[in-house]
Amino acid sequence: MAVSTVRLDVVSAEERLFSGDVRSIQVTAEEGEMGILPKHTPLLTALKPGMIRLVTEAGEEELFYVAGGIMEVQPDVVTILSDTAVRGGELDEQAIEKSIKEAREAMTHSSPDMSYAEAAAELARAVAQLRVLQHLRKKKGK
Amino acid sequence: MAVGKEIKTQIGSINNTQKITSAMEMVAASKMRKAQDQMASSRPYAEAIREVIGHIAQGDLEYQHPWMTEREVKRVGYIVISTDRGLCGGLNSNEFRMVLRDVQEWKEKGVDVSFAAIGSKAAAFFKRITKNILTQTSGLGDKPALNDLIGTVSVMLNAFDSGELDRVYLVYNKFVNTMTQQPVINQLLPLPKTETAKRAHAWDYLYEPDAKTLLDTLLRRFVESQVYQGSVENLASEQAARMVAMKAATDNAGQLIDELQLVYNKARQAAITQEISEIVSGAGAV
Repeated sequence: MAVSTVRLDVVSAEERLFSGDVRSIQVTAEEGEMGILPKHTPLLTALKPGMIRLVTEAGEEELFYVAGGIMEVQPDVVTILSDTAVRGGELDEQAIEKSIKEAREAMTHSSPDMSYAEAAAELARAVAQLRVLQHLRKKKGK
Repeated sequence: MAVGKEIKTQIGSINNTQKITSAMEMVAASKMRKAQDQMASSRPYAEAIREVIGHIAQGDLEYQHPWMTEREVKRVGYIVISTDRGLCGGLNSNEFRMVLRDVQEWKEKGVDVSFAAIGSKAAAFFKRITKNILTQTSGLGDKPALNDLIGTVSVMLNAFDSGELDRVYLVYNKFVNTMTQQPVINQLLPLPKTETAKRAHAWDYLYEPDAKTLLDTLLRRFVESQVYQGSVENLASEQAARMVAMKAATDNAGQLIDELQLVYNKARQAAITQEISEIVSGAGAV
């Protein structure tokens, strides 16, 4: 029997990142990590900055980073509308670490160009990106 | 010999105009390509969100969002997206004519109409014919940013929420291809229902965190993305229309120059012939 799959579309305001059949999807929703399998009941949720992990029909794993958005789940189709999204392979580690450092600094010393809330949001984004990158590396190391 | 000096000057000035129009044609062609890319890159999002909204419209949701329920129409609003500059053929006037026809129909039914103008051409046009301009914005440039549009969109959305408007339409020029641009009027609010493919049984979403906030964000995103998509398409249409108009102008100028050149040559030849015959008859008289 063929593996059951669900159609997934990942789009950002700039491009379509992924469109195809997948076996499972894992996202960071507003209230925690969440895994979606085919034939899921309809669901609507907001996404936090975090990782999207999906297993394609061929059994390959792909990773994306999203900076928040909305996910709609239907039994046969899942749509992720993200604000900004980046393919895992396109993340730049040095840039991420730099922005983590800057955000931490801005949080400890109140700086004029970044409020505390902005800095915290920036930090959350950067940490999520780093996590995607580490995941990707672990996978390669295997 | 001062034969046809006026014609010569005229040819010169048409030549200059031709240079300008052909330069504008080339500029518009390169800008059109960029605008088309922009249009293509934002299309997946607009399509995906339209699909999601389509699903939502079919469900039986616990929270009925005011944007999804039809009400009696007493006042309608139009968001008209136009260009900022002229010299693009009949693009804007076709669009405005279509709006006016629509407005006429509403007026016959006793419905009042308000406008939101995006682009200075729409602002100037609707200022002349009506006082009901709720908001206007112009100078979007070659790369419309969502931030510039949000203000205008919010004014219309708030007017809808407060019951000032009962229906909101979006008008823009749809980019079909380089030669064809089609003005379209799309209903924005309340969200038009797709009656097709109704599910057999009632269902509702699971919501995280809660239905109201999620639907609020989602619907607002949807409206914004529709307006953004409209303005990007309008931009591509503008450049395409300008390219075609400038190409026609360049061709016409060429034709005009050819005709004038012919007139000039004839006049010059006539003058020479006349001079010769004067000399010959003068010599004969001696």
